[in-house]
Formats: sequence, C-alpha cells, structure tokens
Amino acid sequence: MSLETPNAVYAGGFSNPPVAAAHAFRAAMNAMARPGEVQDITGAAPPDGISVAAGSLLLTLCDPETGVYLAPGTDSGALRGWLAFHTGAPVVPAEQADFALGSWEALMPLDRFRIGTPEYPDRSATLIVDTPGYYGTNAVLSGPGIKETARMQLPELTAFQNNAALYPLGVDFFFTSGSLVAALPRSTGITREA
Amino acid sequence: MKTTFSAADRKGWMSLLATADEARLTELWQGCGIDPVCEWLRPPEAGGVMVRGRMGGTGAPFNLGEMTVTRCAVSLDDGTVGHGYVQGRSKAKAAMAAKIDALMQTGAAAGVRKAVLEPLAEERQAKTSARAAKAAATKVEFFTMVRGED
Amino acid sequence: MYVAVKGGERAIENAHAWLAEERRGDTSVAELSLDQIREQLSLAVNRVMAEGSLYDPELAALAIKQSRGDLIEAIFLIRAYRTTLPRFGYSQPVETGEMACDRRISATFKDAPGGQVLGPTFDYTHRLLDFKLAAEGEVPEAPVSEPRLEATPHISEFLQGEDIIEREPSSDGVPGDLTREPMSFPAGRAVRLQSLTRGDEGFILGMAYSTQRGYARNHAFVGELRIGTVPVEMDIPELGFAIEIGEVELTECETVNQFKGSKTVPPQFTRGYGLVFGQSERKSIAMALVDRALRWEELGEDNVGAAAQDEEFVLSHADNIQATGFLEHIKLPHYVDFQSELELVRKLRREAAEMAETLAAREAAE
Repeated sequence: MSLETPNAVYAGGFSNPPVAAAHAFRAAMNAMARPGEVQDITGAAPPDGISVAAGSLLLTLCDPETGVYLAPGTDSGALRGWLAFHTGAPVVPAEQADFALGSWEALMPLDRFRIGTPEYPDRSATLIVDTPGYYGTNAVLSGPGIKETARMQLPELTAFQNNAALYPLGVDFFFTSGSLVAALPRSTGITREA
Repeated sequence: MKTTFSAADRKGWMSLLATADEARLTELWQGCGIDPVCEWLRPPEAGGVMVRGRMGGTGAPFNLGEMTVTRCAVSLDDGTVGHGYVQGRSKAKAAMAAKIDALMQTGAAAGVRKAVLEPLAEERQAKTSARAAKAAATKVEFFTMVRGED
Repeated sequence: MYVAVKGGERAIENAHAWLAEERRGDTSVAELSLDQIREQLSLAVNRVMAEGSLYDPELAALAIKQSRGDLIEAIFLIRAYRTTLPRFGYSQPVETGEMACDRRISATFKDAPGGQVLGPTFDYTHRLLDFKLAAEGEVPEAPVSEPRLEATPHISEFLQGEDIIEREPSSDGVPGDLTREPMSFPAGRAVRLQSLTRGDEGFILGMAYSTQRGYARNHAFVGELRIGTVPVEMDIPELGFAIEIGEVELTECETVNQFKGSKTVPPQFTRGYGLVFGQSERKSIAMALVDRALRWEELGEDNVGAAAQDEEFVLSHADNIQATGFLEHIKLPHYVDFQSELELVRKLRREAAEMAETLAAREAAE
C-alpha cells in the first residue's frame, strides 16, 4: 500500500544522525575547501548501485527543501523511497535541482542545471558524480584552497573549464567512489596535465 | 500476521493519534497491555512543519507559520513498519503512535482499535461537540420589533 | 565598530542571577506554572505563537514565564528556538471553510447562513474592572444549546454568485517563504501575508488605523470574522498519502472593500485577508486592512503616497524582532565609535576657537 520494501528503504540511514551528519559534513566541507583532495566519507548504506560516499552526501546535504535530480541509471524505486524516508527531499527535473546524482555521462548535458543569478550565485546546482574509482590524474587544478597546484582525474576537461569561466555563476561538483569524495568548485581553474 | 486495511483507514488512525492528548493516550496504551518489541528505523525527533493558508480562504497558498511535530518510525519483529507523526514535542507520544500504527497492521488491530482508538475518537468527538454547543448558545437570534401601525 | 573587552564576565553572571531572582519575585507567592499561563493568559500565548511564528502553546507559555511577561522578549525566545528545529516539510493549505468555529460574525450580512455566533468575546462587555476576579472566584459553566454539525460556509461565497466581489482563484503555486529566502521587493502577496501575520500587532494595528483615518482609505467592512480550529494535513513522503499532523486555532478576517472598477474590471467589491495563529481578532482585522492597502497596484488603483501602500516601508518595519534587535543594540558598548566622534567634535571645537581667535586678532590689528 505504500512504496515500501522495508529493508532497502528504511535501513541505511545514519545510525547516530547528529554525529554522523557532522562528520560527513566536515568531510564534504573539507573536500570543497581543498579541491581535488580526496576525503573519507561514510555513515550511509544506500540502496544498491549508489556509493557509500554519494549516499552519505545525500543524507547530509538534502532535506525537504532541496530538490534532487536522479539521473537515468541511478533513479530507482528503492533510491526514491530511501531518499524520501531519510531526507524528505523531493525528486525534481534537472532544471530545478539543487542536487543531482548520477554518472558523468548520465548527468549530461551540463547546461540544463541551474547556475545561480548575479544577485544569488548560490541558487545553483551541486552535482554528485558517482564514479567507478580514482585512478591516475589528467587535470591540474589551481585557485582558492590550493597552495600551488593540485591534480585530479576528471571525466573530461572542457566542460569543467567552461563551467569555471562562468564564475561567480556555475555549478559545483562532488566526485564519489566507494567511501571517498573529492570536489571541484566553480572557483577552481583547470588545465590539462602536461 | 498482517491484516488488510485501506489507506483511508490508516490515515484515520494516524490523524487521531497526532492530535491525541498525551496523558490520555498513555493511559489507554498502558491499559491495552501490549508493548511489542520493536526496533527504531528512525528514533523520535522533533521538528517544524510550515503551515500554509490560502489567500481569501480559497485562493493561492501562502506560508502562515510553523508548528512543532515529532516523528519516528519503528519496525516490529515480523518486519511491520509503523510511523508516528504527532503534534508537539513529545518523543514518548510519537513512539506510542508509531507502535500503534504498526500493531494496527497486524492481528492485534482489533484489540488496539477497541482499547485505544475508539475511546480516543469518542472523546475527541465529545470535546468538539461540547465546544460547538457553547458556540451555538452564543448565536444571535434576531427578531424584528413590531412597528406601530398608525 | 566593536572591540573585544574583557572584565564584564562576573558582572554579567551576577546580573543574570539577579534577573532569575527578580523573575521569580517574592517566593512567598506561589510560582506560576506553564499550565496556568497557557490556560489563563491564553491571548498572550496566542500573540507569542503568532509573532514567534511557531504554533506550540507550551513553548509560548514557557517563553512568557522566562521573559517575565515581556511579550517581545518571549517572541524573541520562540524565534530563536524555531531556528533549531529541522523543517519536516510544508502542510497542505488549511481549509478555513471547514473550521470548527467558536466565533463567526459578519458586519455585512445579518442573516448569513450559519448565523452570527459571538463566541467568547470581549465585545459588549462594559470594560469595567471586575473586582470579583481579584478575589478569584469559581465561574459558572457556560450555557449550551444544540450544536451545529455542518461546516459554516464563507460569506464571500454568497457574493461571488453575482460576481459582485472579486474571486480568489485557487492555485497550487509554491509561495515564497521569508524564513528561507531574504525578502526582496516587490515581494508579492504571499510573502506580504506571511510578513503581516508574524508582524508586530501594534505596528500592523497602527498601519491599519492610518488607512481608516484617510491615508489610502479603502472603505473596509468586516465581511466575516471567524475563530476556531482547523486540522493541519501534510503529505508524508514515506507513506505516499496525507495525514492530519495536528490541529491549530486560527482567526480569519475577510474584509469587503469598495472598488470603483478600472479600465478592465467593472465596479465590484475587492477583498483584504487576515489569517493569524490563535485567537487574535484585532491582529487579523488589521492584517486584512493592510493587505488591502498594499494591493493598490494589482487592482490598478492610484498610489496616493500613503505609508500603508508602501510595501517596502510596511514589510521592512513590521517585524518586532528585527526592529528591537536594531533598536536595542545601540545601548551596547560603542566605546570606540563614540571615542572617535568625541575626538572629532573636540577637533572641530578647537578649530572653531582658533578661527575665532585669529579673526579677533585680525580685527584688533586693524
């Protein structure tokens, strides 16, 4: 009668929400403050197909007032139920999303997400890109939060360079894999690794 | 053992529990003599709900102000899930509501309905009618003064 | 400018201790319980809930006790507490047409269906102090009569039949929320109503009175005033349906205002709307008058330059917590600001004196 498959939907929240959310928030904040640096983030056990890191970000950042876009391949009844029970966040189209979750390919095209307004650049989307893993690097990062340069693996470079060119508007990115998270805010400059 | 029930039925008992007087609910719940073993799916937490009104009573919505609500969710041994959403900040009341919601989906439903829900419904009805009766006594009965004929 | 100054800690602690003692007052007098405040000072509780923007009578009673009856201080406490609550969501708009009315009157239709129900009103009392209350007495039970079971229809429904009053078409748009996004102008009617319902009763009353005295007069009649309880329903995402999560007492006022029509609209009555938590009659009537005054632009009326028509003026000054915060902060240490002002005034005086001396010397030399 309701959308429940209890184990998938009701389990897997933070076991001690105030503490776990504070730890996860700190990891997310440090990731954004130090672009490209990988942080541990745990606490959530989301439905199959979603990384622990992505699930922990959703539990930490989403509530009934943040619209979430679930890209094809990620969207499922189990994930919708889990998100509804643990965060109350509504699932919305990409154009209205505060947060978006999916693989890089499934999240494309990028230009449908909100980039904020000159008065309120914060009214923009944060994309959680769930990736198979971290291996190698292809991009050199510079800007706020980076002493000289940092390196990370990006699915492509042009899209991120175009996004950075919109600053102070634009979207921000988390990259999640397993229980690891790294971030790329719009303020970071990106060049191809030599 | 699960029983069948309609969403309207469930809405009815959850609504009744949301507005129940805590002391009375506690009394009825204890009198009921059931306290199933259950596991928290969501421990009781207090929060706010923004209440909305409509312009002119019927028009577009606007935000009026918040109210306090406490919610929780439990799971019985057999996996039945119960939700509690109650007005105010009482965690104990939310917990009772969730357990009753769970039991109402099991074979214990008839007993719980008789011991807890029916008295609550009757008392709520009686309280509403008592106020309505006082309001009715303040209704103005207009009469026209007879005017002089000549 | 502020600088950190140390040394006040003990004075502050002792001041707080004395405050607690003064709040309690003479210990030979029984202490107030929250139940007493909630039951016997319920209109103060209602005001704290309405302007604190949080419906919870126990919390409002606690705030009143803690603030020694200073209602703006109590509202401040409630607003501060409110910010710590996680927001579970938004209710469905309450259906005031289904209100269980304690009171329902109309100044426009004597024979309105549902009747004129006075309820527990101060109206028609003689405003004479009742010295019997000083000696606390038992009150007799209020008389009862056959209760009305069906819902009481809104008066405006009857006028709508002939289109003689503007319609309020229903919509499911998402209204702006000033607790989530900073107010910007023009704010729109939804945010205006939210601001007015939590605004200071005295301020809203003064603004409404100014319209009656002729500053943007809009000839308001109280079409209907009703007080009672309505259920609050919310969609529960994990259930997939809505349940009643509680019940709130509300006061609703609909005014019927004269409107001579515009190029596109024939003459008809227009509406002002007030809806407030609790039994808050004065506030809801005032809210309806100010709402109507602020609607001049959407109704194609002239801006006559009245304060009550100025959305920025009304909404920016309606909130008593904002106002008292800014007002009262000027009593806190501004030693450095003042020191620089002092230096400046001394310098100006010195310069003025020197100038006078120079002029005097010049005159003497001539």
